[in-house]
Amino acid sequence: MGGERIKKIALLGNPNSGKSSLFNQLTGLNQKVGNFPGVTVEKKTGMCKLSGGKKLKIIDLPGSYSLYPRSLDEQVVFETMVDKDNPEYPDLAIVIIDASNIKRNLLLFTQVADLGIPTILVLNMLDVATNLGQRVSPTQISKFFNIPTISLNARTGQGIELLKKTIADNNIEIADPIFNSSDFENGIEAEIKDKLKITNDYKAHVLLIQYQNFPGLSDEDKKNIKALIRKKKFNPELSQSKEILKRYEIIDKVIKEAVVYNLQKSRNLTERLDKVFTHKIFGYVFFFAVLFVIFQSIFAWAKAPMDFIDFTFSELGIYLKTNLPKGVLANLLTEGVIPGIGGVIIFIPQIAILFAFIAVLEETGYMSRVVFLMDKIMRKFGLNGKSVVPLISGVACAIPAIMATRTIGNWKERLTTIFVTPLMSCSARLPVYTILIALVVPENYILGFLNLQALALMGLYILGFVMSMLSALIVNFFVNAKEKGYFMMELPLYKFPRWKNVGITIYEKSSAFAFEAGKIILAISIILWVAASYGPGDKIKNAESYVSENLNGSTPNEKEFKAKVEAFKLENSFAGIFGKALEPAIRPLGYDWKIGIALVTSFAAREVFVGTMATIYSIGSEEESTIKSRMRAEINPETGGPLYTPAVAFSLLVFYAFAMQCMSTLAIVKKETNSWKWPILQLVYMTGLAYVCSFIVYNIFS
Amino acid sequence: MNNRSVADLKPGESGVIKGFTDNIISLKLMEMGCLPGSTIKMNYTAPFGDPISYYIAGYNLTLRISEASAILIE
Repeated sequence: MGGERIKKIALLGNPNSGKSSLFNQLTGLNQKVGNFPGVTVEKKTGMCKLSGGKKLKIIDLPGSYSLYPRSLDEQVVFETMVDKDNPEYPDLAIVIIDASNIKRNLLLFTQVADLGIPTILVLNMLDVATNLGQRVSPTQISKFFNIPTISLNARTGQGIELLKKTIADNNIEIADPIFNSSDFENGIEAEIKDKLKITNDYKAHVLLIQYQNFPGLSDEDKKNIKALIRKKKFNPELSQSKEILKRYEIIDKVIKEAVVYNLQKSRNLTERLDKVFTHKIFGYVFFFAVLFVIFQSIFAWAKAPMDFIDFTFSELGIYLKTNLPKGVLANLLTEGVIPGIGGVIIFIPQIAILFAFIAVLEETGYMSRVVFLMDKIMRKFGLNGKSVVPLISGVACAIPAIMATRTIGNWKERLTTIFVTPLMSCSARLPVYTILIALVVPENYILGFLNLQALALMGLYILGFVMSMLSALIVNFFVNAKEKGYFMMELPLYKFPRWKNVGITIYEKSSAFAFEAGKIILAISIILWVAASYGPGDKIKNAESYVSENLNGSTPNEKEFKAKVEAFKLENSFAGIFGKALEPAIRPLGYDWKIGIALVTSFAAREVFVGTMATIYSIGSEEESTIKSRMRAEINPETGGPLYTPAVAFSLLVFYAFAMQCMSTLAIVKKETNSWKWPILQLVYMTGLAYVCSFIVYNIFS
Repeated sequence: MNNRSVADLKPGESGVIKGFTDNIISLKLMEMGCLPGSTIKMNYTAPFGDPISYYIAGYNLTLRISEASAILIE
């Protein structure tokens, strides 16, 4: 095709081949390398600047082992590379391979090269190959395939300029097919080519095998292909297995010519580390130690930045409130928008820290060992070893956690993971937990060092984990899997993490959260603000006179009066009316209508509970200790005792642990499962579970 | 005729792949480098006996027992 302009380049490779590092090197933009197979789930693009100022679009396709997909990720690769009408269909393909694991890596390359798209082969990790005692010759490989082959170090960037120059020179011919599929079939491919008007033999072959999953074909086309397959007695599985065998036969020939194996050096370091990390005792000890460090850091290190964000937003609100002209708009801004945005930003420190850890664990290759260690246990609950990452992430926030389930190839296991992840106690529940625990659990020490409050908190996290496991069993019982899933996972060699990749991961996860969850939380904050600020009749408008009429002779000072007015307004707003309407339903759990309002507002984000409490009990500030003492003083009109008895507080804690009170999570689940069925089931199941459990807890304790 | 599968290998023991018991899974296993005629070595099992780590085609591959038992060895 020499001379024609290249506009789009696709980057392909096996998981762990260094593809993402190469992408970062070429574009300097948004991607990460992971040692966790399939970490690059999203199709990412970036601009690559060539010498001479020319810019090209690069598409980073998910890591895959072959053009025949077995997961969502690989399906993307297949569609992009085969469908000429796909918007990302490339003019040039770059296939990167791990030279230290050359045999398996070459399979995908030979498939891509046969698609009739100009292809460049990039040999990565030659240094690792040398360390393992294998000498790989790029010239021999290039000569064999008649395809430009470039040796490169994706971690250091060595060889990048040569690659860019090869792209810029733009004189890559389409090589002769490596595997001649038409040799195998009795003319069926010629007919398909004719019918679908495609010119490439191998594309016809791939479509014959995969036509059912291919979006570029009409129903009519599919029917025709089906009929043709029947007529010609074509056996897709046999044909595919012949192809794999033939390709590996060719690959063996290349390896014979281009790779010299010296004395097999041992994989010393990796082997020795694996002895510890996958040991039946130390393996788990180490894993739990890692988890402990992660949780410690999420809560300890994130506290200062979170307090700072909290402070900044409340100061900003106060500043705007005093400086903006009074009116609806100012109220919307200071009471709806700013707290809404603040409520999103405040979780970013925890999410950033969590993903820093996860990125390092993936980069080093340790995460694959965790999957290996946990698979058997997780499978007992209908989950997958790979479910561990989403479940851990769920402690910070369910949204990135649910997005992380994409690496799970088996649909049923993935769905189960999505379903149960929101039961893990996310950080939005933490403010609710702390305030309620502080209210009813004494700050005593048992055995001299175990803080009772800390134990209660830990108990709630364990409760969430146990419930998510039990729920997985329930899901497993009801959902039938049609498709068979595979585990098959590579255990890569251990490597040092690249900090640049870790940084990019942190940035990506945080911004994905801020935008995905942010817009929903913001929208709901505004809706809730409207619901809490307006109500039927004139009670809101004339709140002050209503309150003065009902003072019954008491003379509050100005501040107390103002707070009473606010509380009166909330009581008579739409939200208040809703809370009251809810009261009969939540009475059995020990809640009154005020708690009802908090349950309703918690739908935007659970931590709104604290702010709602502050407003309901007409406290001017959101200072935690003030709210706590006010809640402690609240009297139950029926019993005359305190309203927040341990029974009520525990019941509320359990309710917040289990209930699905997060619109953003529901939206993400809808997106990831592509149906309303699962988010609705999740909402009903979790809220029902919360109701029943809270009811039980309330009755046990009261 | 013996029907030993890869799942029967002991740690450190090697076997030569001769075929598969399941057509669909065999395609994926072959893509991953488990080809008839090639040697596969059992490294070690995960703590509860499953999955199992193998050395094949120049790298370490982990398989669940259900997957490993679909690979027959000579």
